[in-house]
Amino acid sequence: MSFFGMDCLRKKERELERKLRANDREYNLTFKYATNAIKTSKYNPFTFLPLNLFEQFQRIANAYFLFLLVLQVIPQISSLSWFTTVVPLVLVLTVTAAKDATDDINRHRSDNQVNNRKVQVLIDRKLQSKKWMDVQVGDIIRLENNQFVTADLLLLSSSEPLNLVYIETAELDGETNLKVRQALTVTGDLGEDSEKLADFNGPETKLMQNCGKTTFKRTSIDRLMNVLVLCIFGFLAFMCTILAIGNFFWEVNEGSQFMVFLPRQDGNNAAFSAFLTFWSYVIILNTVVPISLYVSVEIIRLGNSFYIDWDRKMYFARYNTPAEARTTTLNEELGQIKYVFSDKTGTLTQNIMTFNKCSINGKSYGDVYDYTGQRLEITEHTETVDFSFNPLADPRFMFHDHSLVEAVKLEDPEVHNFFRLLALCHTVMAEEKKEGELFYQAQSPDEGALVTAARNFGFVFRSRTPDSVSIVEMGEQRSYELLAILDFNNVRKRMSVIVRSPEGKLCLYCKGADTIIYERLHQSCSKLMDVTTEHLNEFAGEGLRTLALAYKNLDEEYFNQWKQRHHEASTELDNQESKLEELYEEIEKDLLLLGATAIEDKLQDGVPQTIEQLSKANIKIWVLTGDKQETAENIGYSCNLLREEMNDVFIVSGNSPEDVREELRNARTSMKPVEDSMFVPERTLGKGVKLIADELVNGEYGLVINGHSLAYALEGSMELEFLRTACMCKSVICCRVTPLQKAQVVELVKKYKQAVTLAIGDGANDVSMIKAAHIGVGISGQEGMQAVLSSDYSFAQFRFLQRLLLVHGRWSYLRMCKFLRYFFYKNFTFTFVHFWYGFFCGFSAQTVYDEWFITLYNLMYTALPVLGMSLFDQDVNDVWSFQYPQLYIPGQLNLYFSRKAFFKCALHSCYSSMVLFFIPYLAMHNTVRDDGKDVADYQSFALLTQTCLLFAVTIQLALEMSYWTAVNTFFVLGSLAMYFAVTFTMYSNGMFLMLPSAFPFIGTARNSLNQPNIWLTILLTSILCVLPVVTYRFLFIQLYPTINDKVMFKVRQAKATPAPPPLRTRIRRTSSRRSGYAFSHAQGYGNLVTSGRFLRRPALSGSSGFGNIGRTTTGFSPMGRSAGYSPTGRPQNAKVQDVEVTSLQMYRTIKDPAF
Amino acid sequence: MGKEEQELANRPDNTAFTQQRLPAWQPMLSAGIVIPGFVLIGLAFIGIGVALFITSRSIQVLEFDYTGVEQNSPCFNCTGQKVLNCVCNLDFSIDRPFTGTVFFYYGLSNYFQNFRKYSVSKDDSQLYGDITYFKSPSVTCSPYDYDSNNQPIVPCGSIANSMFNDTFKLNNINGSKVDLVPLDGKGIAWWTDYNIKYRNPSITPLKNAFNNTVKPIFWSKPAYELDTTDPANNGFINQDFLVWMRRAALPNFRKLYRRIDKGLPIGNYSLAISYNYPVLSFNGRKKVVFSNVSWMGGKNEFLGIAYLVIGSMCVFMSIVMLIVYAKFKFPEED
Repeated sequence: MSFFGMDCLRKKERELERKLRANDREYNLTFKYATNAIKTSKYNPFTFLPLNLFEQFQRIANAYFLFLLVLQVIPQISSLSWFTTVVPLVLVLTVTAAKDATDDINRHRSDNQVNNRKVQVLIDRKLQSKKWMDVQVGDIIRLENNQFVTADLLLLSSSEPLNLVYIETAELDGETNLKVRQALTVTGDLGEDSEKLADFNGPETKLMQNCGKTTFKRTSIDRLMNVLVLCIFGFLAFMCTILAIGNFFWEVNEGSQFMVFLPRQDGNNAAFSAFLTFWSYVIILNTVVPISLYVSVEIIRLGNSFYIDWDRKMYFARYNTPAEARTTTLNEELGQIKYVFSDKTGTLTQNIMTFNKCSINGKSYGDVYDYTGQRLEITEHTETVDFSFNPLADPRFMFHDHSLVEAVKLEDPEVHNFFRLLALCHTVMAEEKKEGELFYQAQSPDEGALVTAARNFGFVFRSRTPDSVSIVEMGEQRSYELLAILDFNNVRKRMSVIVRSPEGKLCLYCKGADTIIYERLHQSCSKLMDVTTEHLNEFAGEGLRTLALAYKNLDEEYFNQWKQRHHEASTELDNQESKLEELYEEIEKDLLLLGATAIEDKLQDGVPQTIEQLSKANIKIWVLTGDKQETAENIGYSCNLLREEMNDVFIVSGNSPEDVREELRNARTSMKPVEDSMFVPERTLGKGVKLIADELVNGEYGLVINGHSLAYALEGSMELEFLRTACMCKSVICCRVTPLQKAQVVELVKKYKQAVTLAIGDGANDVSMIKAAHIGVGISGQEGMQAVLSSDYSFAQFRFLQRLLLVHGRWSYLRMCKFLRYFFYKNFTFTFVHFWYGFFCGFSAQTVYDEWFITLYNLMYTALPVLGMSLFDQDVNDVWSFQYPQLYIPGQLNLYFSRKAFFKCALHSCYSSMVLFFIPYLAMHNTVRDDGKDVADYQSFALLTQTCLLFAVTIQLALEMSYWTAVNTFFVLGSLAMYFAVTFTMYSNGMFLMLPSAFPFIGTARNSLNQPNIWLTILLTSILCVLPVVTYRFLFIQLYPTINDKVMFKVRQAKATPAPPPLRTRIRRTSSRRSGYAFSHAQGYGNLVTSGRFLRRPALSGSSGFGNIGRTTTGFSPMGRSAGYSPTGRPQNAKVQDVEVTSLQMYRTIKDPAF
Repeated sequence: MGKEEQELANRPDNTAFTQQRLPAWQPMLSAGIVIPGFVLIGLAFIGIGVALFITSRSIQVLEFDYTGVEQNSPCFNCTGQKVLNCVCNLDFSIDRPFTGTVFFYYGLSNYFQNFRKYSVSKDDSQLYGDITYFKSPSVTCSPYDYDSNNQPIVPCGSIANSMFNDTFKLNNINGSKVDLVPLDGKGIAWWTDYNIKYRNPSITPLKNAFNNTVKPIFWSKPAYELDTTDPANNGFINQDFLVWMRRAALPNFRKLYRRIDKGLPIGNYSLAISYNYPVLSFNGRKKVVFSNVSWMGGKNEFLGIAYLVIGSMCVFMSIVMLIVYAKFKFPEED
């Protein structure tokens, strides 16, 4: 689906109301609502040429060349034949037009695909099959299961109970879980299946209106180039002015007297002549503004983008997904990234929770030991436990420790109680489509993992009703009466259920954060507590998410009394919450500890290594996650973002602006104790925007900030405080952030730091940040991800980021910079020779070179070698790039192409052009051929200088190029050969006989290039142009070697590629840090589960259409997953008040919905 | 197997090109290449420079300015306003014999043959002998395309119009005996100009081709009378005309006038100049040059000196580099 790329239609006047009659086409047509055809394409065959040309000439370079063309047809001004401009211009326009045409054809194709999907529409009391594009506002539509929807719809009625429909919005936001919409009760009883009223059509759909203006991202080099092109225009005007003034004085002093041989029709008006000369020189010197620059840059970026698409090392076989460069114009920026903003879930982690270890009654399970008692590393090949004794087991569940199954089989009461608790105490919904095939819909993957674990160990949660839970305990069906759910919330950090077993025993089962549970344990458990604490520490040290489990048998009498009070409290109007809270506290005490679970939030492969590499490359990584602080911190440690050896990890969790400011200040003082309190290193840019320079600190620090504090920290008065502190830290983790805040953080860094940012994420909640950052990367692999759709690059695994940046990005940047430097050099050199010649030809805008040479110089003689360089060049290969991530740093500092580098180029060109003009001048002005004939005639001189020029720039290119493939060699030598071939052809008798006036240089090549002094001059100029460069570079390498020089030297010494870095063993820490609490879900599910509202039908899996309940509920919102994580169900950021959290969104099918 | 292939359907091709593993040569500016390279280039340049310098020194050049600006100049008399058919004699002596073929050039300075409007002022098709362009010369020839009677000018344009028209006769004065030194004007233009680029219309007599055209305004005789004695040197393929039409690149230039095949022995000479060409109005200068040539063409000391200087600089820089390399070589361990 590619219609997201389109530009939204211009905003119409806001429509306040919309009148329509259902199923009355004539009436609705009178309002002229838009049709439902989606059109993202720009052209049709007839409009293509004029529209495309119009667009292309809006580009300043093309317009400039059109202007030049106009100048060239004015005979008084024309100093060059028209073809010198027309040929390149036509070529450039053709290439661009071809690219635009292919793009548009693709858009047409996807439009057609969307528009031609079929749908049933009620017309004339009959359902007719129509294309979606023919649907009109007011039509009544019948949708069936698993149909695509391409309009905003109002749900009238559904075949499902309670008139619910389940919609999947994968194409919108990548969320594959189902969302629920309910029809208005008035219309609810109308029909069968889903019937809907088309509400907004085509471009007026909410999506199309909300898709935002896709801002066109430009790289910093683009921006620099625009500035430079302006400078060049200025410089061009400057040169032309000098020459025009020169012409004025020449006319006054010399020209007026030279009238004998050169009379002027228009008399001898020196000022007018100078004016014309100015424009004539504008034509001649136009090559300083190289028209082919933009096209070449596009081609290079395209080529380098293809390398990304083609890279097998960024191909992920499991999803069959190669990396994709969705934007082909940002490549070199990949080599300059300073800040990486990453999402957590789905990006760093797989969003798969696995039940990894547990501690039951003081015994730890989950590790595998060999016969010597040595703990074994668990790999893919480790033998897994056989669950065949349990027909209801989930075949995908893996566990490696056999002793736990043994314990279950031995009917260890504690173990049984442990799994019974897991099977009872949760809010998961079960779905059993076929006998024995269970699917769990869990609100958080952690819960799903725990229930699945219980299921496999023989305590199968099978179904629930509002007041009972059915489980199969070791093959025996048992139904527990569910008496109460003491729901989870963020303060309680625990949940409990009170159930009555079939035997009639009352029991309270509780699971929660270990610290919380420990406070509520009975004293008799103290010994067990110690052992379990040890286990918990061990689990935490491995980065696992832990929960403590406890139970308590209840006294019937006490419970009845408690229940009574509970009922009273829950019907009470004021203080309901705190009263309930008290009741919960009261009953959840003197618990008996059962054990603890450890869940692994599985990291994606290679994440810690990647993060380590990136941080070696001086890239700062900020994780922006919707998760809770503990979870995020935990992941931070397990993926190497936060390290034990860091000097300090600051935690900012203040609840008032003052606290937050205080905490930020304290953090900064401890990082940099001797700080000039008032001194902020900054420099002011235009428009009053300040740039904050990087501040140096000793040591490595980390910062964790939570959502509330972040909201304060992002306020105008504190954002600088926050930014300074955060940027001094090596890594930053922001927890509980909303999608909007993600974007705000990115914008904040973009605003004050002159640094390139990259955002990487996989879900709809990352879209804003992906769009805000300079470069957005989407994690692809599953169908239709909004993050991917709005990203610039996409690949399947986070670890590919290091290859994208350290290899592709670095090379692209290197190549682009080399290209630009060389391109400016060759064109400036070419042009400046004209400038010097101006002083010797009466400032008459006489060209130095043959006009054909001018036409073909950029197109044929020098195009391919430099293109070859910018497609193939690499300083060191990818293995070395990984070995020395520091090679990435020059890109961040903009070292290879900046104003300074450009200025150096211009100076170098100036030198070369002087050599190229004055050496031939001095060598030829008073000499003759070896047969006494002329050699200092204009044509021979032109041939000589142009040959010298071509040799000089080719040798310079050879010097720039550090990677000579056969193709490069062929291009370089081929271009030189081509030059001679073309020159000899054009100066041949045959060409002259065909068109005498077009090829006046006949015989020049033959007559000059057989002269030894011509060749000696060529040799002299070539060597003289190149020697200072070689000297300078050599001395520079010796005196101030850059990291590149050092690595290249090392490579040379090694002569062979190094062995790949040894695979890091799993990072184990013996940390006392208590791990995060394995709950990441929202309050309120307990009520839901017991309300029965949901239980009238089993949840439907697979996709369904999506529809909005008109405009009454919030439609598509980019909140996505994190909305569900809101602890309290209220918006986390005051700025996004309009986003309602639709509860019930969070039921995620455990089963992969893609099947 | 088939399933596996299906699963890897999107896997990129494993070629050296797509994986950016093309074999390549990676040269580096290492000391082992740069320093010996500099020494070699330096020595080679010094060698070439010495050869060029010596060769250039061996070439003899004799140059006389005959513009007649100075009072004592023999042609001072001819510079007056209304002097017609003025002939002046330039006397000189040669005390070292010119060996080999001696070339006789005329030179002009401060003369802008490379001025754009001047240099486009000709019609290549006309000069190629295309009779249709005789009737309608190219507009680039303006204002020398039509005369005041609207008759087309052939050959048109400023270049042709301003053709150099001083003529010279060289006499060897041996006591009272005056010998005319034979000057050879054949083959002084480029072969391609004479045989291909410039053609007379294939109409005999040549004069008829020029019907209804007029001669260039400054010319004393029409093109078909440039050399009435030799049809192969007449019209557009007159050698002097061809030499003039090959315009100079720089404002000071010289053009080949004649060849003296037998060289110039020691003795006194007198050059009889028929002084026609006006240059004083624009501070121009006229001169005659006698020179012989070598394998490297005419005398030019610049090239030899430049080679010597650059060669020495290379050697010098190689020493500097060697010192720097020995002293500051960056540490190998990192």
